[in-house]
Amino acid sequence: MGVFPRRRLAAVALVAATALFATAGCAGDEPAEDGKITLTVDVFSQFGYEELYKEYMASHPNVKIVERGTGTNLDDYSPKLTQWLAAGKGAGDVVAIEEGLMVEYKANPDNFVNLLDHGGAELQGNFLEWKWKGGMTQDGKLIGLGTDVGGMAMCYRKDLFAKAGLPTDREAVSKLWPTWQEYIKVGEQFKAKNTGAAFLDAATNIFNTIVLQTAGNAQGYHYYDTSGNLVVDSNPAVRQAWDTTMDIIDSGLSGKYGSWSEEWVSAFKQAKFATIACPAWMTGVIEGNAGVEAKGKWDIARVPGDGGNWGGSWLAVPTQSKHRAEAIELAKFLTSAKGQIGAFKAKGPLPSSPQALADPAIVDAKNAYFSDAPVGQIFGEGAKTLKPVYMGPKNQAVRTEVENAVRTVELGQRKPDQGWTDAVNNAKKAAAK
Amino acid sequence: MTVQLDPRPPVAPAPRTGRRPPTMRFSRLDTKYSPYLFIAPFFVLFGVFGAYPLIYTFWVSLHDWDLLGSNHPFVGLENYSRLLEDADFWHAVVNTLGIFVISTVPQLLAALWLANLLNRQLRARTTFRMAVLIPNITSTAAVAIVFGVLFGREFGMVNWLLDLVGIDAIEWKSNRFASWVAISTMVDWRWTGYNALIFLAAMQAIPRDLYESAAIDGAGRARQFWSITVPLLKPTIIFTVIISTIGGLQLFTEPRLFHSGTNPIRGGTLRESQTVTMYMFENAFAPHYNFGYGSAVAWLLFALIAVVAAINVLLLRRLGGTKPPKADAKSKEGAR
Repeated sequence: MGVFPRRRLAAVALVAATALFATAGCAGDEPAEDGKITLTVDVFSQFGYEELYKEYMASHPNVKIVERGTGTNLDDYSPKLTQWLAAGKGAGDVVAIEEGLMVEYKANPDNFVNLLDHGGAELQGNFLEWKWKGGMTQDGKLIGLGTDVGGMAMCYRKDLFAKAGLPTDREAVSKLWPTWQEYIKVGEQFKAKNTGAAFLDAATNIFNTIVLQTAGNAQGYHYYDTSGNLVVDSNPAVRQAWDTTMDIIDSGLSGKYGSWSEEWVSAFKQAKFATIACPAWMTGVIEGNAGVEAKGKWDIARVPGDGGNWGGSWLAVPTQSKHRAEAIELAKFLTSAKGQIGAFKAKGPLPSSPQALADPAIVDAKNAYFSDAPVGQIFGEGAKTLKPVYMGPKNQAVRTEVENAVRTVELGQRKPDQGWTDAVNNAKKAAAK
Repeated sequence: MTVQLDPRPPVAPAPRTGRRPPTMRFSRLDTKYSPYLFIAPFFVLFGVFGAYPLIYTFWVSLHDWDLLGSNHPFVGLENYSRLLEDADFWHAVVNTLGIFVISTVPQLLAALWLANLLNRQLRARTTFRMAVLIPNITSTAAVAIVFGVLFGREFGMVNWLLDLVGIDAIEWKSNRFASWVAISTMVDWRWTGYNALIFLAAMQAIPRDLYESAAIDGAGRARQFWSITVPLLKPTIIFTVIISTIGGLQLFTEPRLFHSGTNPIRGGTLRESQTVTMYMFENAFAPHYNFGYGSAVAWLLFALIAVVAAINVLLLRRLGGTKPPKADAKSKEGAR
């Protein structure tokens, strides 16, 4: 050693330079190629925007659109988005925000462009009133433009219904269950025929449907009251939904396939359950999970109880976007009546625009996968009249705890009473975090 | 740094002249400081990617830090005191330690046994040695997803096999101990070969003559293994134990991907297999977005790893008490 100092020094310099380069390497923007700007759109699950992008890029030759996150689970998407916002870097130019998380993002509106400063006000008429308000913060900033709403129905497998000697026609099926109690009775008949399939997929999905429905029809809030107090234990709507769900579990109707798990997906493929509560966006999920083999075996009936809303999203433009003006333009296009109709046709999310809902393209829409069910009518009917449910500051965390308690009872790990105690205690704990 | 292995003498220095050439002075500076420069990249990188996040995390843990909020009020040690009373945190600690114990102990024993086998005269030795490392180079995510499916309640292959031999289906995901076992299998599958290769490398440094003389003295294979191989491997065993402690207590990907569906970060409805890192993630990110609290979890995990590693090293020093023969240190250099 120490023989070739010069060469060694060169090596040192090289190593040092490499280290410096490696740490500083990622700074700066890539130069725009041939004057085009790239707009990144962050979504989760299925938004159905592909065709709309093509159309937009054709009319805006200077814009290139890249979508990230299609098919991503919301549980994976939302932490990522939050991290990007917190870091001040990384988020797309247009981002999707789901209903349950909107409250948390609204609490920190500085992360998003106030669309009222960019001609947002004149768009008000394009959205259902409650959806418009949902994108508005307490101090009157507009951070999100509505995409879809989650009008509710009940999807069912005709082949399994036939096997159990139940009617398969959607009108007849809808008449079987005007209420949840009757839904349970149908379930018991179904169960008695031993088809080898459960009556429903998972208790959590049914619980979530019922709680949003009961709350929407009563006070208009579930876990938090409108002044932001946690009312899990005192709100009769929550308790009522809990009790109904316990009846369903008690009757042994659930297949216990944890929703969104791999077993749930397998159960779709193997026709292991006969019904699933389906908000409009769920039709795309069912089609994706059950696959082409099951085309025409599914159909859509009315949901027991009186309509309701589950889910739906907004599009927002983060303040960190480098191409704000163009991003706002794109968000406006995607959430326009035309954009919403396009998305509905592609993947089924129900429009939040009254113009779109009244459009023949929606009213007369049929879904071939679901035995040509008139999805536009089934979902659209309820959407215009449904009452939204207010979501409090820690809605997502609280909801997780309550649904989780439902699942412990479903799996037989807890008795219903213990489950309720867990739900209340853990919800309080989560709200305090 | 590496030893000069080349037996040839270095090139003769240039004949000295009366005047000191400038390169000489430079050369002296070079000898003095360039070692620092050589190791500098590591410390620079460690400072940027190791020390800075560590200190920053501690700073964050002293605040009430909503990930999205713009105000982060200072709260001192409140996060820590809340955490010490948090039953879910201790539950996660017990899970982590449980999974750690039932994965690491069999794993290291199996690795030792495997290394001993590979150290013998085998046909296609290199192929076997390469083969044990294959599980380690597969992606953790892929492994976890495959195992997650294998251990499914209704459609899983493990329960199907158990059913063939008349054992009732096991709730791999909602039974606490069963889920620990399932996750440990994944960890073992992945890391046993890796540790075996480390053991093998160390075994090859043990001089053959020790075994030969032991054989002359009438010691069998087993006796040789326990009286020569294991004591001489002690430093290596300590190394693998420390590495496994760090890895085992930071276990995240396997249990996270073992559970699918809504909110898998809980590791099951009753947090059956939620590890400390998962608990940290649950708090720092979705669904709580409480960065301060999550950072406090991270620091307590750091402390936990330090404590467990120290205990392991102390235990190992006490156990396997035979001291390696003194001559060994020298003869090691001669080997291979």
